[in-house]
Amino acid sequence: MKEFTPAPDSTSIVSVTDRVKPVTLGMGVTAVHFLGPRAAFVGAEENVAFVDSQGEIGTVAVHSGGILSVASDGKRLVMGGDDGKVVSLDPKGEVTLLATDPKRRWIDAVALHPDGAFAWSAGKTAIVKSGKEDEKSIEVPSTVGGLAFAPKGLRLAIAHYNGATLWFPNMAGSAEFLPWAGSHLGVTFSPDNKFLVTTMHESALHGWRLADNRHMRMTGYPGRVRSMSWSAGGKALATSGADSVILWPFASKDGPMGKEPAMLAPLQARVSVVACHPKNDIFAAGYSDGTVLMVRLEDGAEILVRRNGTPPAAAIAWNAKGTLLAFADENGDGGLLEL
Amino acid sequence: MSEATSQKIPVTVLTGYLGAGKTTLLNRILSENHGKKYAVIVNEFGEIGIDNDLIIGADEEVFEMNNGCICCTVRGDLVRIMDGLMKRKGKFDAIIVETTGLADPAPVAQTFFVDEDVQKNARLDAVVTVADAKWLSDRLKDAPEAKNQIAFADVIVLNKTDLVTKAELAEVEARIRAINPYAKLHRTERCSVALADVLDRGAFDLDRILDIEPDFLNADDHDHDHHHHDGHDHHHDHGHGLKHYHDEDMQSLSLKTDKPLDPNVFMPWLQNLVQVEGGKILRSKGILAFHDDDDRYVFQGVHMMLEGNHQRKWKDGEPRQSRLVFIGRELPEELIRTGFESCIVS
Repeated sequence: MKEFTPAPDSTSIVSVTDRVKPVTLGMGVTAVHFLGPRAAFVGAEENVAFVDSQGEIGTVAVHSGGILSVASDGKRLVMGGDDGKVVSLDPKGEVTLLATDPKRRWIDAVALHPDGAFAWSAGKTAIVKSGKEDEKSIEVPSTVGGLAFAPKGLRLAIAHYNGATLWFPNMAGSAEFLPWAGSHLGVTFSPDNKFLVTTMHESALHGWRLADNRHMRMTGYPGRVRSMSWSAGGKALATSGADSVILWPFASKDGPMGKEPAMLAPLQARVSVVACHPKNDIFAAGYSDGTVLMVRLEDGAEILVRRNGTPPAAAIAWNAKGTLLAFADENGDGGLLEL
Repeated sequence: MSEATSQKIPVTVLTGYLGAGKTTLLNRILSENHGKKYAVIVNEFGEIGIDNDLIIGADEEVFEMNNGCICCTVRGDLVRIMDGLMKRKGKFDAIIVETTGLADPAPVAQTFFVDEDVQKNARLDAVVTVADAKWLSDRLKDAPEAKNQIAFADVIVLNKTDLVTKAELAEVEARIRAINPYAKLHRTERCSVALADVLDRGAFDLDRILDIEPDFLNADDHDHDHHHHDGHDHHHDHGHGLKHYHDEDMQSLSLKTDKPLDPNVFMPWLQNLVQVEGGKILRSKGILAFHDDDDRYVFQGVHMMLEGNHQRKWKDGEPRQSRLVFIGRELPEELIRTGFESCIVS
């Protein structure tokens, strides 16, 4: 990538802060995803703010309360709220109500399948809706922490207390329980479908190699891991939770078993969000002091996108082509960077 | 109170055995004209008679932490709910967590000490226990949960006092005091207690651990004179009016010395004590005077978890006295006393 030209020596850092188009959203932000050409910043409550490449902002109301969960496939967002609703938002800004919890329980987690199927959870129940088929639901032993669809086939991973459950919604009795003591919150499949990784309430990740359910303990974080992102091709899993970005190697068939992670872009602040470039071996990371960096996986070379001195970075994302980077802090001050 | 503390959202934990009147108190809090907005975490939807967007149903999920400490449990559902509630910061002033009648308050309290994210945004204000004046004495005999809730309380609302005789009331109060002489006790009918007596108490605020005298020594609703309480025999040395019970398994223990403590002996002793006996110790608090230290040191603990800090300079003329309080089950009294005495600088 031509644009990525860090400084030749390590004492100075190349800065592109002057090329960032600032965005002021005036609302708490918890996530950002690109929908078509526009960045969709997901508010802590009620609204999503679209921002186009000119910095023009358009706000859409999606929930009547807190927005608790969001997933995107690049074509739409699916969100769950504390109003008990599951809604989707398309690139034009059209909101569709997908489901309502009959008891108006919080929609704690959502997931989106590449073929358009979606899943959500309320309490201990996870529900999948695929095409025109009826909703299918499964109850797990404790409240669902996170949901993720496998990249292949209609298979859902459900993170909960003391493990994760793998479930084929179209196959009765197919639930498979992967045990591991502790509370599992976030969950993701590796892009090659070989590994499942959860973020835990403790400051750790846990992984299973799905061929034989062998365990992978990924520990040593000073704080809870809240953000995970697979690098291009799934060679590494970049994670927040430490004062550098922790990248676990997943290129070999053993994944990170018996291997040390790479630790890149150390700062005197905690990494709060991380997003890998969709095509190149680069990632962007936001920190608890507001700093945003672009980092090359190969050698850890850094480019400064945003200086420190603001609330923690809360959202970061690349567009599908990898030509635009969007980010925002907790208070909704952020920016767009065109590469 | 430090700035960071004051910005944290106060959380009141409302406990009480089945039928004691928790929901009555909750409805009172919510319906009173106080101009405040509460986020309320309840176990049974539908019992609250007040419209409020911020009533959240919870399933009490007690999770063990993977840190090798068996009594270190947290409420997993609370961690998740607090996370979601923080998205609506600014929409409410305080949080009330109602537990089920059979709940142990410890995992709720520990959630606010153990979880980094919860701790960043919220602070435990007080554990308020509603007790039924008519039935509590019986429940203390047959329901360990009821005893736990009394032992853990910072504030006890002794409700339904209109349904008992004076003698019965005296008896139930004495039974409560045998377990927990430190909580503020309010006698009520239909939970009619001033909100200021149950909310915003700062019971877990290190800066407000000023007064750890037993409540009945300070209570203004008693008209008899009290002599000061001596550390060596706990709460059964004053023979005036109130009957005194010694609860067989749940007690409090208070320690006091006017001699300075050696911090290099005391700290490891205290830490070891809660590590080894933390399963039995429900609550602990202390104000400490260390040798060669002009600052008051304060600490508090829930089971094995301790937090402490230098609080402020001892004032001129203020007696530099160290006081500790433990409330727990089958406390190894002699072991604690001997250990404490070995921390005194000779």
